[in-house]
Amino acid sequence: MTTLLRRRQVVRTLLKDRDGLMVVGGLGASAWDITDAGDEPTSFPMWGAMGGATMVGLGMALAQPGRRALVVTGDGELLMSLGSLATVAVKAPKNLSIVVLDNEHYGETGMQETHTRFGVDLVVMAQGAGFRSTIRVNTQGDVARLREAVYNGDGPLFAVVKVDPEKLPLVLPPRDGAYIKNRFRLAVLGPDALHDE
Amino acid sequence: MSETNNGPGAAGLEQGVDWPQGIYGLFKQNRIRQVAYVPDAGHSRLIRMCQADNDMMPVSLTTEEEGIALLGGAWLGGDKGVLLMQSSGVGNCINMLALPLSCGFPLLMIVTMRGDFGEFNPAQVPMGANAQAVLEAMGVIVKRADRAEDVVETVSAGMRMAFNIYRPVAVLIGQRVIGAKDFRKLTKTGAEQ
Repeated sequence: MTTLLRRRQVVRTLLKDRDGLMVVGGLGASAWDITDAGDEPTSFPMWGAMGGATMVGLGMALAQPGRRALVVTGDGELLMSLGSLATVAVKAPKNLSIVVLDNEHYGETGMQETHTRFGVDLVVMAQGAGFRSTIRVNTQGDVARLREAVYNGDGPLFAVVKVDPEKLPLVLPPRDGAYIKNRFRLAVLGPDALHDE
Repeated sequence: MSETNNGPGAAGLEQGVDWPQGIYGLFKQNRIRQVAYVPDAGHSRLIRMCQADNDMMPVSLTTEEEGIALLGGAWLGGDKGVLLMQSSGVGNCINMLALPLSCGFPLLMIVTMRGDFGEFNPAQVPMGANAQAVLEAMGVIVKRADRAEDVVETVSAGMRMAFNIYRPVAVLIGQRVIGAKDFRKLTKTGAEQ
């Protein structure tokens, strides 16, 4: 009998000693999870724009081919933008990973079941879109494989981590979007990021 | 250069003004790299020019709001970008505009209009007739060109505003510039005429 992984532990494992990794946190619990692991300048937690996390990750991955980008999001957030899997797979950035923390519920809005609760298989959808690198994560050993793929594998990578639908205390990132944006740009682009070209 | 209105197939050569070439020149001057688009007849020549440019990164989208999020990520990573779309896609973008509006991302949307001037297709009219009002209701700055000779100047102004004031800006290119698609010519009997 296996027990479900716990989302905060998975994210802490992925983001420990993250070096220059650029991280997008999708709206809701995923944004709290990446903040729980450490509110870093190279994190972009999303307070809105549900369905946009994957494409934000693609834009930054294409802009910064020398760095790794990781999107951490939920099953509900990803289900809102399944077409973006096709868009990412066609551009095929080697430096982008998308990790879905799948608790099979809309955790922020009353724990209604998502479609993954009823058999919708996001890994198969990503494979159909053209992702050649996919991982199903159910055990601690799988988490270690996932971490290795995020930092050293050939992307684009798509992974689904089945996690416990536990209710956790919120760990809130800053809410000022201009601040989150500018600290990210300063960290990635250096001190000239806020000056005209 | 042809001065006749050849419809969408020759988009951008209407009225003797090669505005797609002019917009492409603006992209080059302003170091636009990521060009996100939903395929559109009015933008077809511009898209082909961007696809042929090794310094640009064209990104074909499945729906317009993907482009709003893409260009947010592009800006975070230091790339400038633009979104090319048709007015029917404006509605798809509305909630995603929360991202550039709340963070102060520059965003330039170049929108070719349908349902606007001589439209044939009733289903294009609800979005086309309201695209500007809907964008402005969201806080997007809207500039509009209805003559071919105004297009490049209007895009230039919109681009300066987007990247200088860190706001979403939409430039609407009127259907009067593009020419309304004539469905009758595209039907079998029409083609034989």
